Amino acid sequence: MSKDAELNRLAGRLRSLPARPGTRIMEVCGTHTVAIRRFGIQKLLPEGVRLVSGPGCPVCVTPERFIDEAVSLARQGVAVASFGDMLRVPGSFSSLERERADGRDVRAVYSPLDALAQAEGTGKETVFLAVGFETTAPAIAAVALKAVEKKAANFSLLTALRLVPPALKALIGEIPQGDAAAQPPAGSGLAGFLLPGHVSAIIGKHAYDFLLGHGLGGVISGFEAVDIVSSLLLLLAMHEKGIYEIVNNYTRVVRDQGNEKSRGVMAEAFAVADAEWRGLGAIPASALELRPAFAGLDARRRFAIKVESAPPRLGCRCGEVLRGLVDPPACPLFSKACRPDHPLGPCMVSAEGSCSAWVTYG
Amino acid sequence: MCLAVPMKVIEIKGDMAVVEISGLRREVGIMLLDKVKLGDWVIIHAGFAISKLTKKQARETLALFEEGHLLV
Repeated sequence: MSKDAELNRLAGRLRSLPARPGTRIMEVCGTHTVAIRRFGIQKLLPEGVRLVSGPGCPVCVTPERFIDEAVSLARQGVAVASFGDMLRVPGSFSSLERERADGRDVRAVYSPLDALAQAEGTGKETVFLAVGFETTAPAIAAVALKAVEKKAANFSLLTALRLVPPALKALIGEIPQGDAAAQPPAGSGLAGFLLPGHVSAIIGKHAYDFLLGHGLGGVISGFEAVDIVSSLLLLLAMHEKGIYEIVNNYTRVVRDQGNEKSRGVMAEAFAVADAEWRGLGAIPASALELRPAFAGLDARRRFAIKVESAPPRLGCRCGEVLRGLVDPPACPLFSKACRPDHPLGPCMVSAEGSCSAWVTYG
Repeated sequence: MCLAVPMKVIEIKGDMAVVEISGLRREVGIMLLDKVKLGDWVIIHAGFAISKLTKKQARETLALFEEGHLLV
């Protein structure tokens, strides 16, 4: 059967399922959010079933303070290298894009390897903005090891790496969260999770076993329409039958045990730490920071970074969007004051943010 | 941000490899994967191979990509 015929068959099955009022499935990964809206998969869902976005957009969950730190570095004359999608994110008072327009050395790179090569090539102090989840952290760890091996004295990292399972644990109330502990967890009432494909390629399927104790299942999915539609069919079937499992529906890429070698490299350079998530608050053991042996690569130790604290942006509901509590149109700024060409909040600035995907694909 | 693409290993130089897809070549790190061999199809993310595909799996993924479903 051709892929299109297969997709049509699966989409037909999804569309013809009986109504299931009040069923919410969370897609964790920002790349899934974009794929779902781009393919229009939300329109194939049976009546009463809704997809809600989760916290899996790295740009969206990175605290505003991190951008302020990067801006401070750029203003000190340090070369800042970053994945391109961080550049437009507004900090409290500027963005890296604006700093670049003002003549500061800010460059978009495809890989942290390029940032290290840039440091070696220019001889200038160069900081790479280490942002991302478990998919990306091993690549950055490998570059940290390389920098040490090459004795690259002018290369360092500003870290804001985050881990996916602790965010899910916080959402479903498995780990308590500061002042939010008094309220029911945002994830209560979910029917299951569409789990991120490439994060899972690293961490494996058992990293999500904690969901089972909460009566929640999850399906690890790839990013093509066939992958997502078949994963949603699996999730709805499991939910209807009361079966809670973690299913790997992306076996062409994800091994059940994940990628042990990548995890080893990651653990060599990074240790787990507590961290603040934009929209979700403080989550224990949810981030990666450089181990003491790599302190020489830590931009926060190498430079005096002064950051003024700014009040939170009024009206932006990105935090609630990231927890699946509201859809983007519930925000008073959505598609009015806050648009993809003039983003105010992180869910709009990232192409993978839920707000941006809603505007772009309808 | 977690996008990744399948590419074929055509040359290995220590802990780096040259990978190729549709004539596009790129040098990537292979220290995050065990036993990378010439001819392997690997998934590339941020300049590193992070997972290995079987040839059949790679072709299936590629077919999906080529049918215009590729996310960029």
